[in-house]
Amino acid sequence: MPSLRQGGQAGLALALALALPLALAAGWEMAVDTGAASGRLLPPPSRIGATLWELAASGDLLVHVEATLIRVGLGFLFGAAAGILMGTAVAMLPLVRRICDPSLQALRAVPSLAWVPLFILWFGILETPKILLIAVGVFFPVYVGVSGAIASVDRKLVEVGRIYRLSRGAMARRILLPAILPATLVGLRTGLGLGFLFVVAAELMGASEGLGYLLVDGQQLGKPDQILAAIIAFALAGKLADTLFVVLTRPLTRWQDTVRESL
Amino acid sequence: MLTVDALSKTYADGTQALSGIGLSVAPGEIVALIGGSGCGKTTLLRLIAGLDRASDGTVTVDGETVREPHPRIGVVFQEPRLLPWLSVADNVGFGLAGLARSEYRARVGRALERVGLAEHGGRWPRELSGGQQQRVAIARAFVPQPRVLLLDEPFSALDAFTRRGLHAQLLDLWAESKPTILIVTHDVGEAVTLADRVVVMRPRPGRLDETVAIRLPRPRDPVSARYEEAVRRVMAALDRSLHPPVARRDPAAEVRAGWW
Ligand SMILES: Nc1ncnc2c1ncn2[C@@H]1O[C@H](COP(=O)(O)OP(=O)(O)O)[C@@H](O)[C@H]1O
Ligand SMILES: [Mg+2]
Repeated sequence: MPSLRQGGQAGLALALALALPLALAAGWEMAVDTGAASGRLLPPPSRIGATLWELAASGDLLVHVEATLIRVGLGFLFGAAAGILMGTAVAMLPLVRRICDPSLQALRAVPSLAWVPLFILWFGILETPKILLIAVGVFFPVYVGVSGAIASVDRKLVEVGRIYRLSRGAMARRILLPAILPATLVGLRTGLGLGFLFVVAAELMGASEGLGYLLVDGQQLGKPDQILAAIIAFALAGKLADTLFVVLTRPLTRWQDTVRESL
Repeated sequence: MLTVDALSKTYADGTQALSGIGLSVAPGEIVALIGGSGCGKTTLLRLIAGLDRASDGTVTVDGETVREPHPRIGVVFQEPRLLPWLSVADNVGFGLAGLARSEYRARVGRALERVGLAEHGGRWPRELSGGQQQRVAIARAFVPQPRVLLLDEPFSALDAFTRRGLHAQLLDLWAESKPTILIVTHDVGEAVTLADRVVVMRPRPGRLDETVAIRLPRPRDPVSARYEEAVRRVMAALDRSLHPPVARRDPAAEVRAGWW
């Protein structure tokens, strides 16, 4: 029964991976419990758990998670759309490539957080600069993924399409689109991850709700348990979004050889 | 009827790949093109398929000039070139357009059966062996019922056993609708097994050399004396093509021409 053994191995791997953080958490819990440590700057797991629970029970957590997810979602949408459009244009039109690609590559070299002051100056500290910053973060991996994928479509498969006299539309739908789908999805997934990275920065620049606001608020009020609760919520939300993305897009690339199942 | 007239091709980099090719293939005839690598066999097939433009000369199929891929011309490339995101069955049916679902399935199913892959229609191309993939490519080319079928070394990547099986399946498919077949090969045995006529090509620039007619009934028995005799005749033609008697070297002439 290979599947059973594989299941057992996966369980063992999970147990081993969890052993260290669980041991550290238990140790810290005990240290604070017995008075060996004060736990003022690093609260014990039980207090973080309680804070999370309070936030959840009062409905605050949902408000903050929702605000963050909406920002990531909108930023992802705009950034991905722009990345797909520009990536396609640059790959298909040599003139556009020669005009735009060098500038975009140069912009890509700018650490995106460097834009924050400028965006605040231009757009204030409301939603616009936040979503824009996230969109910028999402844009580049999608742009690079799409333009690279189109440029490297196998000419031999395009010739198969020519042999059967596919129209331009049919060629795009039946050959180009499926051919670029895997690399595009990789770009989108990377972009989604960056979206969660950038939403932190965006919310640190001033927000009244969102998980990033919880971080700032926790720092200003000296509540490390709230900071840690927000960090955990960030990790869970990011992992959940990534898993959801993989699960939803997996059927599209089932024909591929790669072992994407291992996440 | 496939007619190639005074066909020449010079690539953009100045390589003269073909020069003045003339060839007529009767409906239902199988012609094998044989010749060393680089003598322009692929170029010739690509021009006939309408994938590349000739520098000079014409290709006609049943009187129609071919400049672009033509609905009555099918192609099997050296590699299977299956679309990895389509099932084996949908690869076979790739060239079928505007058919009712049931008719589509029937024709794809029949073609899969002919190449011995009836149970594999639902699999992905990557799950098939090289020989099976090439059979899918052959089925794909036959399904739209082309009048002319071009095959560019379709079996050269396969082992001898697989190749023999595929020869039989190719001839089975051919026997159904009798398209004109032009097949490129390196393998004299393959040419003699399949073709009514073997045309030898010579390189730089590519042109047609001798033609050897193979008048043997099918199926052909590769251990019969007549088969072996046909192989010998093709071998002899290849030899003459490699060592043309007229082009004997004349050192004095080379010196005069400034060869050094
Ligand atoms: N796209 C191309 N551009 C320039 N030269 C080419 C191209 N394709 C083939 N050739 C040249 O044309 C000649 C014939 O090539 P090809 O038709 O591929 O020969 P074969 O199929 O008989 O091996 C060779 O010298 C090859 O290098
Ligand atoms: Mg070739």
